[in-house]
Amino acid sequence: MTGTAPAVLEVADLHVWFRLPGGGELHAVQGVSFTLAAGERLGLVGESGSGKTTAILALMGLLPPTATVAGEVRIDGTNILAGGEDSVRPHRWTDLAMVFQGAMNALNPVRRVAAQIAEPIQLHGRASAAAARQRAGELLELVGIPAAAGQRYPHEFSGGMRQRAAIAMALACEPRVLLADEPTTALDVMVQAQILDLLTRLSAELGLALILVTHDLPLVAQACPRAAVMYAGQIVEAGPTDALYHATRHPYTRLLFAATPDLFGDDPVTSIPGIPPRLDRPVTGCSFQPRCDRAFEPCPVTAPRLREVTAGHVAACHLNDVPGVPGRPARPDAPAVPAPAVPVRDAPAVPAPAVPVRDAPGRGVPGQGIPAQGGPGQDAPAPAVPASPATDSDGRP
Amino acid sequence: MTVPAPREASPPSATPSSSAPPLLQADNLSTRYPVRRLLAERLARRPRRWVRAVDGVSFTLRRGEMLALVGESGCGKTSTAQTILRMVEAAGGTIRFEGADITTWSQRRLRPLRRRIQMIYQDPYESLDPRFRVRDTVEEPLRVHGIGQSRSERRHLVTAALERAGLAPAELYLDRYPHELSGGQRQRVAIAASLVLGPALLLADEPVSMLDVSVRAGVLALVDSLRQDGSLGILMITHDLSTAAHFADRIAVMYLGRIVEYGPARQVVRDPRHPYTRALLSVVPQRDPRAQAAPQILTGETPDPVDIPAGCRFRARCPIAEDRCATIDPQLAPAPAAEPVRGEPVRGEPAAGEPAAPADQDHLVACLLAGTPPAGV
Repeated sequence: MTGTAPAVLEVADLHVWFRLPGGGELHAVQGVSFTLAAGERLGLVGESGSGKTTAILALMGLLPPTATVAGEVRIDGTNILAGGEDSVRPHRWTDLAMVFQGAMNALNPVRRVAAQIAEPIQLHGRASAAAARQRAGELLELVGIPAAAGQRYPHEFSGGMRQRAAIAMALACEPRVLLADEPTTALDVMVQAQILDLLTRLSAELGLALILVTHDLPLVAQACPRAAVMYAGQIVEAGPTDALYHATRHPYTRLLFAATPDLFGDDPVTSIPGIPPRLDRPVTGCSFQPRCDRAFEPCPVTAPRLREVTAGHVAACHLNDVPGVPGRPARPDAPAVPAPAVPVRDAPAVPAPAVPVRDAPGRGVPGQGIPAQGGPGQDAPAPAVPASPATDSDGRP
Repeated sequence: MTVPAPREASPPSATPSSSAPPLLQADNLSTRYPVRRLLAERLARRPRRWVRAVDGVSFTLRRGEMLALVGESGCGKTSTAQTILRMVEAAGGTIRFEGADITTWSQRRLRPLRRRIQMIYQDPYESLDPRFRVRDTVEEPLRVHGIGQSRSERRHLVTAALERAGLAPAELYLDRYPHELSGGQRQRVAIAASLVLGPALLLADEPVSMLDVSVRAGVLALVDSLRQDGSLGILMITHDLSTAAHFADRIAVMYLGRIVEYGPARQVVRDPRHPYTRALLSVVPQRDPRAQAAPQILTGETPDPVDIPAGCRFRARCPIAEDRCATIDPQLAPAPAAEPVRGEPVRGEPAAGEPAAPADQDHLVACLLAGTPPAGV
């Protein structure tokens, strides 16, 4: 995996299918892989329907019975998906915990906050009632709420405090991985900043591996050193957030950035035409191709494989395979990176490469390494490796 | 009665071109809601207490202009819009629409005006009737207001409104139900339904916050385009400063029922003068991971609008508050010329060497310390 820090969480080739009422299946998550080290923060970005929430619910083993999950989810090397529900349960909340979307509004209105945090500690057999109450107070302090305030009811808390309480609850059994699904979506920007600050601090102090699931690309850009962009059930690009912005290697990422207004950006914001593909039927070629402004011959025919474009930066786009294609999907203002230097590895059907854990937080901005990766001379060794044999023009629908 | 401190009428904005009255003018507007008293409190004749949701708000909106009211939840931006719509009664101040003081007009007298002031709501998944076809949704306002002599005339208006809202050709959409539309298309149908009456003023309350990122830009561009021909003015309510910065001509930053900073969008964003605006802007996530300067995270949350503190209402959370801030309630006033701010020069700022610029009549700040350079510079 990596030389820097041992991975706490390894997700390899995760698939989720939902059985549909009328027959048929919906392939919601299509081979997602990533790894996460202790204290690391990863942003999982995508629009609604991209499969990001489904993927992390699969990690928690919390999908409904209509779902079929395949792939591996390893915690410290142990595959927790190996034995279905029975093998997930011992790890849920104790190794992997989750702050659900809208968790702040799911607190029981008629019970005191501290009691609600103490309950799972006791139920998991971790402490006696008295010790659990004590621990609930500690957890509240940890998330920045005075322990005494735990004697209040949820309606007496502001939105920010309720979200803090929901985070405290997720931390009750000292998990090693925290999955936060849109933890700031309903919050004001100042409270959002407070919560992100809290999550960053918890991640650093407790060595908590954090996955921030959100549709908000700028949020991830500021809060996570590394991010994965999901589209139609797949990770289409992943790497250091700095590289995702400054050396974008997938058109979807670029268009998503361009669709987001920026405080100081003067460039016009543009929407992405079209809609994501239906996932209840097989998609031929690249799933983003119908909406892509840079699609060319292989795109409707062959699905691009996720592969490393520079160290620690993976993307699934044919443009990265063909040197000299005009309109490589980089930002115009990005440092001039020559066409991809890494020769296409025509690897056999290996699961998509896991995102390597290269940039533990605190190691600074890793983006500078990218332009250096592909010297101009390196263009040559990748002489027009055809992305696929079937690149004839008849591939267009 | 909570009467805000007497103050001068809002300084007219310095747009020289217009002799006609502005489309919408709010002057020292205030709105309050009673706090429910317990029976014991009533028996004890405790005084009634009020939530001062809007507490002295003044602004001007012209045709062809977009004004963004920004602020955190509870700052009074939606209450301001409701007061302007006369959905709640103003406790003080005046609302002028095309020069006429409509603050005390009866609902009956307001009725002809209703078609000229339209609203775009936040959630197109809830604002459209699921049993109405697109044509019915867009036609209904015409029937309510008795516009259009014949079915074909109404149909013509409906088609034109849909196409103006970017749903062209309209025939493709007329017979669809909301569930057959994407989120962006739904919001466009809602926009068409407010356009069909030919409004002069559009109030857009968080028009894209429920939509997916990839379609937001299109809907915002549509809203933006509606005003370009100068026929209508748009009051956009949003918590998203990036959107406001990008699309609005002017930004009014609200805090606890009051506008604390008001001016051309570019100036408010690039040269913020109120410490609250500065803090707010510092925590807005930016696309470029390298861009974020030190975020200035304020502790706590907006105080209770029942107990608005004396003096400056932002004082308790303000990083630069002084003693006098506890006694003086600062009013909106032209921003004094500040020392040049680090980073990009503000448009229109004099070059170095020229005499200090006079106070900016167009950029208003309610802060005694508005001339202070930002902390950390």
